[in-house]
Amino acid sequence: MAKTKVFVAEFDTPAQIVEAAGAVSNAGYRDFDAHTPFPVHGLDRAMKIPGSKLGWIVLGHGIVGLSGALLLQWWTSAVDYPMVIGGKPYFSYQAFVPICFALTILLSAFGTVFGMLFLNRLPQWYHPALAHPDFRRATDDKFFLTIESTDPKFDANKTRALLEQIGGKRIALVE
Amino acid sequence: MSQTPNTIPEALLPTSVFEEEKLVTGGLNFHDVTERVASVTEVKTPTAWYIAFAFALMGLGIFGVTILWLIWAGTGIWGLQQPVGWGWAIVNFVWWVGIGHAGTLISAILFLFRQKWRTSINRFAEAMTIFAVACALTFPGIHVGRIWMAYYMFPLPNQMGMWPNFRSPLLWDVFAVGTYGTVSILFWYVGLIPDIATLRDRTTTKAKALVYGILSLGWRGSMRHWVNYEKAYLILAGISTPLVLSVHTIVSFDFAVSVIPGWHTTIFPPYFVAGAIFSGFAMVVTLMVVARQVFGLKDLVTINHLERMNKIILLTGTLVGYAYGMEFFIAWYSGNEYEAFAFVNRAFGPYAWAYWIMISCNVISPQFFWFRKMRRSIPVMFALSIFVNIGMWFERFVITMSTHRDFLPSSWGYYMPSIWDILTYVGSFGLFFTLFLLFLRFLPAIAIAEVKGVMPEADPHFGHGHHGDVRHAEHAEAH
Repeated sequence: MAKTKVFVAEFDTPAQIVEAAGAVSNAGYRDFDAHTPFPVHGLDRAMKIPGSKLGWIVLGHGIVGLSGALLLQWWTSAVDYPMVIGGKPYFSYQAFVPICFALTILLSAFGTVFGMLFLNRLPQWYHPALAHPDFRRATDDKFFLTIESTDPKFDANKTRALLEQIGGKRIALVE
Repeated sequence: MSQTPNTIPEALLPTSVFEEEKLVTGGLNFHDVTERVASVTEVKTPTAWYIAFAFALMGLGIFGVTILWLIWAGTGIWGLQQPVGWGWAIVNFVWWVGIGHAGTLISAILFLFRQKWRTSINRFAEAMTIFAVACALTFPGIHVGRIWMAYYMFPLPNQMGMWPNFRSPLLWDVFAVGTYGTVSILFWYVGLIPDIATLRDRTTTKAKALVYGILSLGWRGSMRHWVNYEKAYLILAGISTPLVLSVHTIVSFDFAVSVIPGWHTTIFPPYFVAGAIFSGFAMVVTLMVVARQVFGLKDLVTINHLERMNKIILLTGTLVGYAYGMEFFIAWYSGNEYEAFAFVNRAFGPYAWAYWIMISCNVISPQFFWFRKMRRSIPVMFALSIFVNIGMWFERFVITMSTHRDFLPSSWGYYMPSIWDILTYVGSFGLFFTLFLLFLRFLPAIAIAEVKGVMPEADPHFGHGHHGDVRHAEHAEAH
């Protein structure tokens, strides 16, 4: 498989990147992305990024945490080692609430963090766009638009022309 | 939200609307913000840091030695006896956990309430949370005496075929504080990823590039990533909010679920939570006042930020004062002789000195913050925040010492700490400050990406001829 090549174009302000990303999206591109130092609000809509699915992952983890906590406490306290303590029933669900709560939160938190990394395909220590000489400023004060060669509409000349037309600076094809 | 230009004359708007625009002062742009925060970790290590670090390491050494001696000799080295079987270990544990709560409050609850001013202080406060929880967890970890039995606290299959007692508040505590520590670290790390990437992209040395590179997971500011990232941040804030309220509630169950007069009260959970937030904010103010001075971060952590924290200290301090009063009222109203005695004994018995230190520091001292001048004065807030921390330590001490006059007068006693109690407590500061100084030196102390996100320039509509439109900030947030 040929190496993925990426067009990188630089922009100066949040307004420019929103406009540029909207134009690239409207031109029918699919494998493009914006790289910004902070989440620019409105950019996700301009790029037509669907809402995050993370909530479902977290919900699943939360359910596992809650039922796991209940099972653990029921099995250890009422089945495997039943013992009367403080006159409470073996399965005293009221007393099990704090640990059910804590484990629900714990599992949800793991689901959130690792789910987020999974959806983002992170860690990924190499990406072709990082080869652009100015790309380091994507975490400082510049806004970058990238279009990948895997896109069906990708064409070295036309894509470059589009990026120039929408005001991109320091346009480069990197891999 | 509609984009109609704002037509309300500025003079009619509350000042808070304008303050939103001044979260960052000194006319900084995005690059300046990066520079200010990141340079703290890049410049030559200041001598003051080495001196502070030497002291912190000394404290950590003391902590290590006292713990080793404890493991060798047992809990008899502490001042524990009958009837006071719980001494400084639980006092210090509750005190440190409480301090941690401010960090989560700032990072989670204020995030959900969309209090943008939190962005300048949340990283710092979250770090404080984690280090405070580390100190806190040490105490229950070591106080078990036979530390090699500490695994009894976890539901691990073992050769005895036994399981922990899930009906005990002490076990709830293990799960609550363990979850709290873990979730705090995850939340903190998620917030750090984009900022570590910033440090990675600025670094000049190979070693730093490698370490920051690995830690930042290859973050490249992709908008497709930001969408999931922001969702993750929101969910973490959402689950941390009930968590932080539950943790100190469960810590208070350690006392409240027992049937000891003075402990067995339903007011404990809310009262402990208010006290935790109170002491935590005081600790943030203590540390922040020093750090913003030393590291030149005054444009990012402005006097307005500090004033808002002082307002929260005033609120929670007053809530705590109300709880002290209500405890007394209920002790009388319950008609229970033992309950009434426990409280009268607190205020006028052998530990009256501790009780009145608590009242002066926790109830009286925050009242100075009713005055705007006091809320905005650095020396005043620094002194008061220290008083609050002292007062909150004494609150836990007073509560724990309730048992010194139990049901049987012949067993009454007076708890005195041993030198090892004192050294262990002092040593825990060593652990705290060692971690804190390392954090200040090697990680961004202010959330760079988040601060940029609340600057007016971050709004895509900035500079589109709506200058002076105070609804910009609000508008950006509505997206």
